[in-house]
Amino acid sequence: MENLELEKIASQVRRDILRMVSEVNSGHPGGSLGCADFLTLLYFEVMNHNPKAFTMDGKNEDLFFLSNGHISPVWYSVLARAGYFPVADLGTFRKLSSKLQGHPSTDKKLSGIRMASGSLGQGLSVAIGAALTKKLNGDKSLVYCLHGDGELQEGQIWEAAMYAAANKVDNVIATIDYNGRQIDGDVETVLSLGNLGQKWQAFGWEVLEMNGHDMQDMKNTISKAQSLCGHGKPVVIIMKTEMGQGVDFMMGSHKWHGVAPNPEQLANALGQLEETLGDY
Amino acid sequence: MKEFEILGNKDTRSGFGEGLAELGRTNENVVALCADLTGSLKMDAFLKENPERFFQVGIAEANMMSVAAGMTIGGKIPFTGTFANFSTGRVYDQIRQSIAYSQKNVKICASHAGLTLGEDGATHQILEDIGMMKMLPNMTVIVPADFNQTKQATIAIAEHNGPVYLRFGRPVMPIFVKPDAKFEIGKADVLTEGTDVTIIACGHLVWKSIEAAKELEAAGISVELINMHTIKPLDVQAILKSVQKTKCVVTAEEHMMNGGLGDSVAQVLAQNFLAPQEYVAVNDSFGESGTPMELMTKYGIDTADVVKAAKKVIARKNA
Repeated sequence: MENLELEKIASQVRRDILRMVSEVNSGHPGGSLGCADFLTLLYFEVMNHNPKAFTMDGKNEDLFFLSNGHISPVWYSVLARAGYFPVADLGTFRKLSSKLQGHPSTDKKLSGIRMASGSLGQGLSVAIGAALTKKLNGDKSLVYCLHGDGELQEGQIWEAAMYAAANKVDNVIATIDYNGRQIDGDVETVLSLGNLGQKWQAFGWEVLEMNGHDMQDMKNTISKAQSLCGHGKPVVIIMKTEMGQGVDFMMGSHKWHGVAPNPEQLANALGQLEETLGDY
Repeated sequence: MKEFEILGNKDTRSGFGEGLAELGRTNENVVALCADLTGSLKMDAFLKENPERFFQVGIAEANMMSVAAGMTIGGKIPFTGTFANFSTGRVYDQIRQSIAYSQKNVKICASHAGLTLGEDGATHQILEDIGMMKMLPNMTVIVPADFNQTKQATIAIAEHNGPVYLRFGRPVMPIFVKPDAKFEIGKADVLTEGTDVTIIACGHLVWKSIEAAKELEAAGISVELINMHTIKPLDVQAILKSVQKTKCVVTAEEHMMNGGLGDSVAQVLAQNFLAPQEYVAVNDSFGESGTPMELMTKYGIDTADVVKAAKKVIARKNA
């Protein structure tokens, strides 16, 4: 798919995110906007997957796990736009009896979701487990997962990182949403990650970096990550992003991590984002 | 009273080990994960026969639980093995989100539960695990009584689609369940029929209750003894049928009084049929170092405590 076309889908995804969180006056727009380009690329170009015939086992399909479950709006929008469920369902986000829970869940059988997430730090282990099963099944497809940078403060991430390298789980591509922000402020201030690339290298991973708002750079980097798979080392991509990307007043701060825009702010934000696929 | 033949003496963890080894031979989807306690959990035979299906995760239980959850995607049936303390309290959030809430087909196999872990002391003697696990929606909780039953339960849970907590222990105890008995999840075993008092026990307290029942029968008291190996889903009909006859009940378990089998039984009685109940359980206390049998005596979960509780509850019924 052409970069421009992907960017247009991402613009619609950003509109969806803002309208979803604004309608229920809750949810997490900042990180969602920041990962809109990446998830659009993943679901519309990178992954081999089957939106029309979703199965929990996902045999011979690439799998994706969202570890930082609070950015559910971007995942829901991308899943709907990719064809997993009707886009009209986005209007039920966080409402009573909706399949679109505040954080992703499996209990209401939303197509596209294979694991609940929200309590942070578990998704890398989950992805590794799914990757081990793929190896046992002789399934050559890959497992992708996404993590927040603040989430890396959870100890379980590093248990998982150690395990994957020691056991050559080389069919996983983890991506870090490296926006430098978390709820209480800058990651550097709350609890510095130090030299993140060196940390992953020291844990035995192949480390790549990319610009999460540059489709071509992401295409090139993910392609390289895929070529590194199967060579005995797990792969992590440190993806530089901007929290709130695409809406000028939401960028450059942690303040929109978990705050929804009011109707006036929503109108302002939507004015900055082209409606490309039709609002839900 | 019916005589219980002692078929041998073994630890329940060895029953798990044998059951897992058998599953390794019969079910290619069964995989096993262990957090550096392969020998303690008796997982060696499975490891030896199925090295490609055995996953040593090291001392990282949180990772183990979530990896196990992930492995279900694609059809594997993971059995995790570590001590009960590290199978529950240490990893409650991982179990809650990635296994119970996500309805994953993981079997959490927990050894060295309760006081009878012995000399290692209170840091390892978890007495809250049944409570924590039974509170989780979607979770099945099983506490088998002896070696044979633990082996049978291990094999049975592989056929059950959903999360299971299987609790067993370290001490060598008499075997009384027949080797060919069929284990049915959620169906209590009525071991003896009687009319004066119902004793409902699980785990190691089943044998202690058999001993207690002999003493009570010798004193002219007719005991109905139930092995409640499945705490959840609870066999409500078995409880009501028995207590409606005996009009009083003793519950016996190697667990904290708060939140264990006794509380599950009390809930059934409060909602359906009021009857006096006495608890044989640990009363809001941590354990300590000692031999398993010394600890059972000191913390009030021994044969004598079951006898005393039965006499007390009968007196309350007759008051």
